[in-house]
Amino acid sequence: MRHLLSVADLDATAATALLDTSDRLRQALLGREVRKLPTLRGRTVITMFYENSTRTRVSFEIAGKWMSADTVNVSASGSSVSKGESLRDTALTLSSMGADCVVVRHPASGAAHRLAGWMDRGNETTGTHTSIVNAGDGTHEHPTQALLDAATLRERLGGIAGRRIGIVGDVLHSRVARSNVLLLATLGAEVVLIAPPTLLPVGVEQWPCRVGHELDPELPALDAVMMLRVQAERMHGGFFPSAREYAIGYGLSEARAALLPDDAPILHPGPMVRGMEIAPAVADAPSSAVLQQVRNGVHVRMAVLYHLLAGAPE
Amino acid sequence: MSRDSMSSLLITNARPYGEDPVDVLVTDGVVTSIGTGLDAPSDADTLDAGGAVLLPGFVDLHVHLREPGGEESETIETGSHAAALGGFTAVFAMPNTDPVADSAVVVEHVRRRGEEIGLVDVHPVGAVTVGLGGERLAEMGTMAASRAQVRLFSDDGRCVNDPLIMRRALEYASSLGVVIAQHAEDHRLTGGAQAHEGAVASRLGLSGWPASAEETIVARDCALARDAKAALHVCHISSARTIDVLRTAKAAGVRVSAEVTPHHLLLTDGRLTGYDPVNKVNPPLRTAEDTRAMREALAEGVIDVVATDHAPHAAQYKDTEWSAAKPGMLGLQTALSVLVETMVEPGLLDWHGVARVLSERPAEIGGLPDQGRPIAEGEPATFALVDPDAQWTVRGAALASRAANTPYEGMRLPGSVVATILRGRITVRDGKVQA
Repeated sequence: MRHLLSVADLDATAATALLDTSDRLRQALLGREVRKLPTLRGRTVITMFYENSTRTRVSFEIAGKWMSADTVNVSASGSSVSKGESLRDTALTLSSMGADCVVVRHPASGAAHRLAGWMDRGNETTGTHTSIVNAGDGTHEHPTQALLDAATLRERLGGIAGRRIGIVGDVLHSRVARSNVLLLATLGAEVVLIAPPTLLPVGVEQWPCRVGHELDPELPALDAVMMLRVQAERMHGGFFPSAREYAIGYGLSEARAALLPDDAPILHPGPMVRGMEIAPAVADAPSSAVLQQVRNGVHVRMAVLYHLLAGAPE
Repeated sequence: MSRDSMSSLLITNARPYGEDPVDVLVTDGVVTSIGTGLDAPSDADTLDAGGAVLLPGFVDLHVHLREPGGEESETIETGSHAAALGGFTAVFAMPNTDPVADSAVVVEHVRRRGEEIGLVDVHPVGAVTVGLGGERLAEMGTMAASRAQVRLFSDDGRCVNDPLIMRRALEYASSLGVVIAQHAEDHRLTGGAQAHEGAVASRLGLSGWPASAEETIVARDCALARDAKAALHVCHISSARTIDVLRTAKAAGVRVSAEVTPHHLLLTDGRLTGYDPVNKVNPPLRTAEDTRAMREALAEGVIDVVATDHAPHAAQYKDTEWSAAKPGMLGLQTALSVLVETMVEPGLLDWHGVARVLSERPAEIGGLPDQGRPIAEGEPATFALVDPDAQWTVRGAALASRAANTPYEGMRLPGSVVATILRGRITVRDGKVQA
């Protein structure tokens, strides 16, 4: 694995290997007093975030630190980025400083692909190698989110193949949904997207999943449900009439959560809009996997850095 | 005129419209004789066509020469070179320059620069609205009456989105005998759009440009043009369903014409995987179904002409992430080859058809009396000579434009322009510009 740009680049074997490594790392760290593995000592990981993010950036940073990598965080404000330097120049500059891995979040779909292309061409002349990890590019993908969701589902359900997973909400603008649909389908799950037509992209009918507009009839047959975040600006874009009507149709209320089979986990990539997307009591219920997702995020990102920088274990 | 000052050119072994080879004698820019075994005056220049296909010089209703204001991407000089090398003898330069060509001063400057360079007739297109702002009509009458004799008006790059402004523009244009060329895109439906709305864009997470944003404007404008009894030209149509709208309007007698670009005949949104902005263009590359429909409609005549929408952008505007890149691609030097690939080789157009869509109809729409003429005695010697059997590999760096990025990079294409002649003057010979 040279870069992690899209989960489409992972076949079932490669994805499973990452999840297995993640599990092993979790076990290795369990109960340790000093949570530090020497695996990536001397390697440099730069996180380059062009969008505000707390959880993903911190998660990558912790993942790097627990593996003894040197981690450096660059944010768009306060760096040359805000002075109008192109993404290409910024990336090549960081690469020339010796970054082994650049973790990038960018508002433009495809930004990670472009970076990887520039790095590969630049590296050809210098003989070095810089891996790119896509930490969210526009409305395209968020591969490590899908991997941490898969790790969580595997932990909760014992496996993914043959399970029916519902993904609810703003699919149109969601990189989490795109990555999850692809990865879960690759791992053999049956995916159902549930959203109003305004929040589904034209062309979704060609994705490897089923699409529905009504939540209640789907819930009893789901093995797990994943709620997506609805950004505040969508409420003013004519995608749905009001937060209230959205909550009535697609919010996971207590009554609605009761329609799920017992023990069906409830996932949310966060940050949650309590009340609208998910009732507070549901978010804090034992079936909620939200904090487990966050915990797995660190292990999955450790696994990704490990596979990229040290090579996948045989 | 005295015998001494007359210039003669004898073109030998040329095949008009791909027919039997003949010699063509040109005197002072006019065809004086067509036949076999013609004798040339002793001082005549000669051009051995080597059996190449002789066509009327190409006329492009839609180019961006970027001057004034965008000289890092193209100039009238480099654009004229590219045009001549592509077999073009007249081009219409769109007004989205800086300053915008919305006044007599700017259009006259563009026209004069074209004449100074002298490789191709450069006809400035005037803006429909001041500053392309879509709010106030530009001084179309003044531009039409200026030395530049503007015959085509467009806000290209922007749609004249306000239906009332479009209505007034068409009404006003009808009295001037000029044409409004519309960039058909309802901006309310394409806010933030990055790619054709469909399966590919949904997977790539690129905001969609729905085909309906084109179809609805074309339908609206056809109704407005009908009522105004005005001439409407639709730029770069890209959606299969727009063709149905055009067919209906034409059948009802609306004075509407339409163009398709070479890239919308050949390239599809499948190329977007990988996010290289050389493929970013507006309107966007659409599906294989759309390209097929474009080809059929061009053959049928529902689409009147091929226009390149030659839109160079310097590297810094393309070597970026997708959403930051500017839309547009080079077109002048690849147009003929793309037409051979998509229309001639599959048997959809013969060489008369190529002359129709690349020269005769565009000259008619653009109001050029001395372009797109038949190859006959007494007609202007304005030609493109095409080697239909040539094969070449596109290298952006080898093209004449200032910008070198092109989606055709590395592509092997059939057919090449070996010579271009503008009113008896050889502007391109053996594929090289004759300065």
